Amino acid sequence: MNFDFSDDLKQLRDQARRFLGEQCTSAVVRRSLDGQEPFAADLWKGMGEMGWIGAAIPEEYGGAGLGYEGLCVLAEEIGRAVAPVPFSSTAYLASEAILLAGTEAQKKHWLPRLADGSTIGCLALAEGTGNPDPKSVHARVAGGRLSGAKWPVADGGIADIAVVVARDEAGEIGFFLVDLAAVPKRTLNTLDPTRDHARLDLDTVPAEQLGISLGWEGVQMLLDRAAIPIAFEQVGGADAALRMACAYAQERFAFGRPIGSFQAIKHKLADMYVALELARSNAYYGAWALSANAAEVPIAAATARISATEAFHLAAKENIQTHGGIGFTWAVDCHLFYRRSKNLALALGSETFWKNRLIDLLETRNAA
Amino acid sequence: MDFDDTPDEAAFRAEARAFLQANADPKAGARPALRGGGLDAAGVQRCKAWQAKKTAAGMAGLTWPQKFGGREASPILQVIYNQEEENFTVPRGLFEIGLGMCIPTMMAYATPEQLERYVGPALRGEEVWCQLFSEPAGGSDLAALRTRAVRDGADWVIDGQKIWTSGAHLSDFGIVVVRTDPNVPKHEGLTFFFLDMKAPGVEIRPIHQASGARHFNEVFFTGVRIPDAQRLGGVGQGWKVSLTTLMNERLAVGETPRPDVEDLLALTRALTVDGQPAIRDAAVRERIATWYARSQGLKFTRFRTMTALSRGETPGPENAIAKLVNASKQQDIASFGLDLMGNAGLALDDDLVEAYGMFQAGLLSSPSLRIAGGSDEILRNIIAERVLGMPPDIRADKGIPFNRIPTGTR
Repeated sequence: MNFDFSDDLKQLRDQARRFLGEQCTSAVVRRSLDGQEPFAADLWKGMGEMGWIGAAIPEEYGGAGLGYEGLCVLAEEIGRAVAPVPFSSTAYLASEAILLAGTEAQKKHWLPRLADGSTIGCLALAEGTGNPDPKSVHARVAGGRLSGAKWPVADGGIADIAVVVARDEAGEIGFFLVDLAAVPKRTLNTLDPTRDHARLDLDTVPAEQLGISLGWEGVQMLLDRAAIPIAFEQVGGADAALRMACAYAQERFAFGRPIGSFQAIKHKLADMYVALELARSNAYYGAWALSANAAEVPIAAATARISATEAFHLAAKENIQTHGGIGFTWAVDCHLFYRRSKNLALALGSETFWKNRLIDLLETRNAA
Repeated sequence: MDFDDTPDEAAFRAEARAFLQANADPKAGARPALRGGGLDAAGVQRCKAWQAKKTAAGMAGLTWPQKFGGREASPILQVIYNQEEENFTVPRGLFEIGLGMCIPTMMAYATPEQLERYVGPALRGEEVWCQLFSEPAGGSDLAALRTRAVRDGADWVIDGQKIWTSGAHLSDFGIVVVRTDPNVPKHEGLTFFFLDMKAPGVEIRPIHQASGARHFNEVFFTGVRIPDAQRLGGVGQGWKVSLTTLMNERLAVGETPRPDVEDLLALTRALTVDGQPAIRDAAVRERIATWYARSQGLKFTRFRTMTALSRGETPGPENAIAKLVNASKQQDIASFGLDLMGNAGLALDDDLVEAYGMFQAGLLSSPSLRIAGGSDEILRNIIAERVLGMPPDIRADKGIPFNRIPTGTR
């Protein structure tokens, strides 16, 4: 039994934590929060130079070849730092879609650019309200040109290219690569301004299909695979929020004693810790499944997402509660976690979506 | 990451499996035991015979020193043995406390002659041990116990009452913590002994539990004489000795209580809601997914513990997490399963109801799991204080002689 990250990956985690601790301070996150910059460009550049963005991209395509366990370790630290960077969009979604569906030429062309951060990618899937669903995909491609309105698109306002989910001329769902340079983008005001979101109005823009149409199954496969590092971001965020609450509970005195000595606070913190540990364990299983390319990826992904969403939501809201009034001020960082927790909870399908998917998968497994 | 055994672990697993295959029946298809009324005389004999067989095969006391019949093995081997044994029907429920808690405490504090006398028979299943800690006045606040011991020559004379003593009526010996000095603060006036459960003045009465079962006992001491030679640790050191015992309790690996989420899944395939299998119902799916994620989270947390054990590290507070989550999960799953049965969920006749009445039994027994062996509240305190570093609670009884601590009317 070796259900833990290797010493090398733990070292990578420590390096990442140190780097983000220095380079992704609250002041940096708040520049995006306050609308001064859509993302932390210097931080992004550094991540590209260190090979983080291409962690899971094979070396032959310009990646670092650290594998999916490496990607997950980095994801946890990015979540912990509430980093305002298009990491998930570029690494877990655009790069992963190209790896999944792209032709050899497409991989050779795009992956090195995505891996070093010089090209920012995103996934344009949603077309308004609702969870991922093939019935909601109306965007169409005809004669190599794509039309449709996609929103919300995470990092759509800052990305250079989008992997757009659309129907081909036969009505089959596939991935289409679109250069966003000339596409009109409307930046959205969202719950979490530390991550860019946009609406893309695509009107007969040139689009290049990634390989062949894989249908909705290809989209679901991409969502499953991305759900696991997203769960690690949630675990990292939950861990940070819990630590913040614990630190405050020891420093803050009321009624002549640290508030952390009250059982009302202790039990709250214990519940946050329990939820976090369950989420961490489920996320680890997801990392193993991704890394081993195991048949369990879909169930592991859904389980990891459900646990991680629950843990981050609990940690983020109870961190504010532990702080009391000061936790509800703009100046204190509690709301950064609260905002990010809901952002991640809604990304790529909300809790209801993953719960339904989990039950479907369990029923399929049972029938087999 | 991988889920593979090391070569040593794999060799031991094969050995354990071969032993079990040769000596026990596989569990597949067997109904889980329900509403058990405890062990009868024949059940006790089966437990004793099985323990003797395990010991003869070198499958008992795995982590114990070789001079006591053990293998001095890493705790990971015990986990592996338990995993393998899970797949077989074996008589259980008589030796867990004695071998898991009492004898390890003896090993830390008894004389070599006493260990020579008691460890072997306990390991071979010839003698049964119980643990006498809780009292009517000392549950979560264990150090508030009131059973008195007064020195009389070479003996101590014990008067008082213990409660929730599993297996007391089947036991030959017990470990007991009692108050030897009520004039000092509560933790300082305790002393620890082992005693003969057949000694004059020991009276054992079964407790009729709220679930209807009678697994536990009250034990009354009236002028019971314990030789001073059976004291474990110094006079007034009883609290420290108790912590040794309780640490062993926390290392014990708990089984997942039934019904668990797989049982609920099976139930919802069999039952219908609005003419459809219940598993299609949105509320049912939502609940099952939540519990499934928790069950899996515990399973993989256990794997993390095994990884730590396999590396020779001391495991963290994972067992507290498992018990805390499992207890409420069992209660909630049982309750939800009954809801799906509608009014028939009331019925206990296992020939009539789905899942052999497992959900009904679980509903009735589950309150005890949330209390026994560290209540939900105590476990949360342990996590908050020992893992998260929260300061201890401010205590109204701190530094006050035991006999001047305020007591309520219950």
